[in-house]
Amino acid sequence: MSGPRTLLSVEGLTKSYGGVHAVRGVSFELRAGEILALIGPNGAGKSTCFDMLNGQNIPDSGRVTLLGQDTIGRKPREIWRLGVGRTFQITATFPTMTVRENVQVALVSYGQALFNFWSSAPQFAREEAGRLLDLVGMDGYAERPCGELAYGDLKRLELAVALANRPKLLLMDEPTAGMAPRERVELMRLTAKIAREQAIGVLFTEHDMDVVFEHADRILVLNRGSLIAEGTPEQVRANREVRAVYLGEGLVYDARHREGAH
Amino acid sequence: MAFYVVQFLTGLASAASLFLVASGLSIIFGVTRIVNFAHGAFYMLGAYVAFTLTERFSGALGFWGGIVVAALVVAVVGVIVEMVLLRRIYHSPELFQLLATFGLTLMVEDLVVLIWGPDDLLGRRAPGFKGAVDFFGQNIPSYDLFLIVMGPVVLGVLWLLFQRTRWGILVRAATQDRDMVAALGVNQKWLFTSVFAVGVFLAALGGALQIPRDAVHHAMDLRIIVEVFVVVVIGGLGSIIGAFVAAVLVSELNAFGILIFPKISIILVFLVMAAVLIVRPWGLFGKPEAPARRTPGLTVNPWRPLTANERIAALAALALAAALPLVGGNYALTVGSEIAIYVIFAASLHFLMSVGGLASFGHAAYFGLGAYGIAFLAKMAGLPMIVSLLLGPLLGCLGAAVFGFFCVQLSGVYFAMLTLAFAQIVWSIAFQWVAVTGGDNGILGVWPEKWAAGPASFYWLSLAISALCVVILRLIVFSPFGYALRATRDSPLRSEAIGINAKRMQWTAFVIAGTVAGIGGALFAYLKGSVFPDSLGISLSVDALVMVLLGGVETVSGAVIGAIVFKTLNVWLVSQTDWSKLVLGGFVVLIVIAFPKGIVGTLEVLIARWRPNSPKPPLATSRVEVAE
Repeated sequence: MSGPRTLLSVEGLTKSYGGVHAVRGVSFELRAGEILALIGPNGAGKSTCFDMLNGQNIPDSGRVTLLGQDTIGRKPREIWRLGVGRTFQITATFPTMTVRENVQVALVSYGQALFNFWSSAPQFAREEAGRLLDLVGMDGYAERPCGELAYGDLKRLELAVALANRPKLLLMDEPTAGMAPRERVELMRLTAKIAREQAIGVLFTEHDMDVVFEHADRILVLNRGSLIAEGTPEQVRANREVRAVYLGEGLVYDARHREGAH
Repeated sequence: MAFYVVQFLTGLASAASLFLVASGLSIIFGVTRIVNFAHGAFYMLGAYVAFTLTERFSGALGFWGGIVVAALVVAVVGVIVEMVLLRRIYHSPELFQLLATFGLTLMVEDLVVLIWGPDDLLGRRAPGFKGAVDFFGQNIPSYDLFLIVMGPVVLGVLWLLFQRTRWGILVRAATQDRDMVAALGVNQKWLFTSVFAVGVFLAALGGALQIPRDAVHHAMDLRIIVEVFVVVVIGGLGSIIGAFVAAVLVSELNAFGILIFPKISIILVFLVMAAVLIVRPWGLFGKPEAPARRTPGLTVNPWRPLTANERIAALAALALAAALPLVGGNYALTVGSEIAIYVIFAASLHFLMSVGGLASFGHAAYFGLGAYGIAFLAKMAGLPMIVSLLLGPLLGCLGAAVFGFFCVQLSGVYFAMLTLAFAQIVWSIAFQWVAVTGGDNGILGVWPEKWAAGPASFYWLSLAISALCVVILRLIVFSPFGYALRATRDSPLRSEAIGINAKRMQWTAFVIAGTVAGIGGALFAYLKGSVFPDSLGISLSVDALVMVLLGGVETVSGAVIGAIVFKTLNVWLVSQTDWSKLVLGGFVVLIVIAFPKGIVGTLEVLIARWRPNSPKPPLATSRVEVAE
């Protein structure tokens, strides 16, 4: 295959809990600079898939290769060191620290300075932290305690933290969950812009179909643990099975998106 | 052979009381999520009340009735405690719950002395179980056989209570999801109260049943609570079966440990506990817990290094302190040295607790190890004092490295229980191993060299080392390590996701805190000229917690202020009253309920309000509810 190199390749990922097959033989690839959405109804296995990619869960079988390295069995922090940034469905930040300090901690870790007991942390990588905050439009909030931020701002801060290790791949679990419609669009535009500029691959799960169809280059559809469709937004939208199990057959919906596409 | 069987049966008999108390603790934790540090105090109260009742009423009915009524009376006391105290702190951070119930323990210890006097009380033999059974030439008290039967019977009754009654079903449901139970219209308040009453009843019954076997005395609460913590750590908090199995295991290890290591029998229990923690950190029958609540919960201001002006002010304060020998006499200088040493101790705990989010209830272990380190060096090697001062704290460092490794595998209440258990184990070794530590007699004659022997020179030495320790700890707080450590405290999930190995950070913090505490202990040994097991004791660990709490858990400099205020008050208090534990315990409870931000935290809030253009944090603890 020509074009950008493969960042992530997943082969035959499988996981069951007791008799329940949460994920069955899922395989896909992700290339640099590509934005890939993983969608499906509740209980389809999206979160299980996600957790197996970032090391929080170990699959029964299958392979995950990230930048040529096998990642199965590695801890989340080791996978992060391979160049994966991630954001959580419910934001995870350091509430008693300021916005800048949140980013600085990630930079301390990236700079292998965790066991540096002598330098001044407030001065540590200050410019780089400022640059990252600037990138996500949070530069005006640097000195604010993170516990005081509005939810949308927390999401942007999390994105800045996720970019601190100059990731090749971003894993975003429901990046726009809990946000107002306008903020959703802004956050995903920002993410897409950064991903394209820096050739970062993005894998995200999402329930908001407007966000998915506007920003994803390709879409994977999971149902009951199996991949039932894969393709561009147009291909997926046209897929009978996807409509039956997930998108539904709304005429209005169809019309609106046909309009949007042209 | 018969001897071993008898030893085994003695172990089983001891397990009965241990199981009763541990199961009570587990039941209460399961529903209320509070680890009731005062559980040992209820056990002790049960024994004392039962002693009084069985002495007053004669006959078999008087004895057995007295035992049951004693447990009921103490359960009523428990209900009052729950309604007056615990209901106010169900939503507070874990640390405050642990501290409040600990304060209660201190109060009860003094209260029982006040009511029943300081002497050991020997209770009646149980009617019908006065003799002994002959077993191949060995005697087994028949009361022991009664207790051996009692354990499984209580286990069976509890099982029926939880499986077969409506109340039991509610309790099991609340153990899994108490919010859902509340949403289903169950009166949560009364459910909590009744669960607490049952738990306390079990503890008091355990205490009451001990009176034919053991003397009743006012230190039995701490002895049992440490064993109970070991039991629930091994068996798994929240599991009654786990409490039973672990109680039998621990009692048997104690019974046979005396045969294998007569001097330090407790080592065996420690080894088993360590093994269990490595294989199953949540205990043999426990379930892995969801991550603990964030330890801080009262968000004050973001931490920042001192400004230039504040640095000058701190230096001025230090210079003022250094001028004490010009005005104070020898007594003032000795108190001054002690305060300086306590500042070191409190600052080291603050580092672990506020920066690392790890509330240690046994921090005195490392203070005391530092003191013993000095004593060993001074007695045996005859090294110069400066060299000893550098080497002595290494014992604290070593202890922190070994125990800390196990402690950081756990978090929240498990961490607190384990640190307390380790401290008590170290204390027992110092107490029992007379050949090396002098036991209760301590090690005497640890005097500083001539250049540091005068009260003024020793005061300056203590003050200088104290200032140095505080500055170094502060530098670490604002170093990249300090940031990353706070990150692991704030969000384990996020810190793992940015490549931080939280356990390694926390272990390092534990070792740093232990070493600094050891420095304090080393100076303390020179100040007193001697070392006793007290400097590893639980009350010293609690003193440290109170100092940090009083100053403000969520501030950078709280520990320093807290130590100065606390120690000054304490010296004064001890000279004024014989009931210092009662006052201290009441004080702890009061701070937790009325004053959770401490001195520095409250000052910060007031300053922030007074400054015009700054955000206005609330004075009350409204963030706690939000965090829940």
